[in-house]
Amino acid sequence: MADVNAIALEYLPIMIFFGLAVAFALLFVGAPILVARLTGTAKPYADKLAEYESGFPAFASARGRFDVRFYLVSILFIIFDLEVAFLFPWAVSLAHMGEDLVFAWGSMMVFLALLTVGFIYEWKKGALDWE
Amino acid sequence: MIQAAIFYLLAGATVLAGIMVISARNPVHSVLWLIFAFVNAAGLFLVIGAEFLAMLLVIVYVGAVAVLFLFVVMMLDIDFATLRAGAMRYLPLGLLLGAALSVELLLVASAWEAGAIAPSAPPRSGLSNTQALGTLLYTDYVFVFQAAGLILLTAMVGAIVLTHRERAGVKRQDPFRQASRTPAETIALARPAVGAGVETEGGVR
Repeated sequence: MADVNAIALEYLPIMIFFGLAVAFALLFVGAPILVARLTGTAKPYADKLAEYESGFPAFASARGRFDVRFYLVSILFIIFDLEVAFLFPWAVSLAHMGEDLVFAWGSMMVFLALLTVGFIYEWKKGALDWE
Repeated sequence: MIQAAIFYLLAGATVLAGIMVISARNPVHSVLWLIFAFVNAAGLFLVIGAEFLAMLLVIVYVGAVAVLFLFVVMMLDIDFATLRAGAMRYLPLGLLLGAALSVELLLVASAWEAGAIAPSAPPRSGLSNTQALGTLLYTDYVFVFQAAGLILLTAMVGAIVLTHRERAGVKRQDPFRQASRTPAETIALARPAVGAGVETEGGVR
């Protein structure tokens, strides 16, 4: 178990940013509601929610079928996401490798070459084009 | 003390989220609870000092895998009324399987003796958790690392083979050909006599 105080101290700036983000989100959501509540009139009725002229229906089943190509795009995204995730510890530890420096560098290059083969395949196959 | 409190808070939230994943009626809600479980598990990793794993859990699982789950859930047009219709018929079989699994789990749990919690090996002096991980992963565990690369390559090729299809008759732009056209090969000036046409038998470029 690591010293939780040290970790907490390291993450203090992130927690401050997190708090700021939450505060701003509440502000930007809450302030318009509050201003509208104080200044405007509230007369909701069903026709206000109906689609206007040739607009889309506002409420429909979300279970429409959609193209499987969206799925392909997200799978390809995950694969490169993982590839980048492997780069992070490599980047921060390369300076501490000592005599293994060249080997560690080379192993990442082989890894990247493997995935570049896949990248060339999907590019040439047209998997990145929509049509 | 405060560490234990944080641990129990996060662990309790993880278990609660797990229960909600399997008990939520709407599968989209299940996926959202799953995201909550991932975030809490990331917090648990942070508590034991495994920062890289925590961030990886957020980036990969919350950012990508959960989106993929949502995709699948939204894409499947599941009719829950018909799915639930046969539930009573399969109840005895389900209870039997559940009982067998519970007995197995009990046997495993009763035979397993938990030792003292071993303190995690301290990283080499002055290295953070992520740096210590990196110094091992790319040298001592290089084959495992390359195997991960091969698995990713297989996943990439497999996804394309399974879901990609060529469509016939699609007109594509070729920007390189468009940009490399010159006036000399595309413009032909002709000065026909009055009343005579221009011969376009070979086509107009």
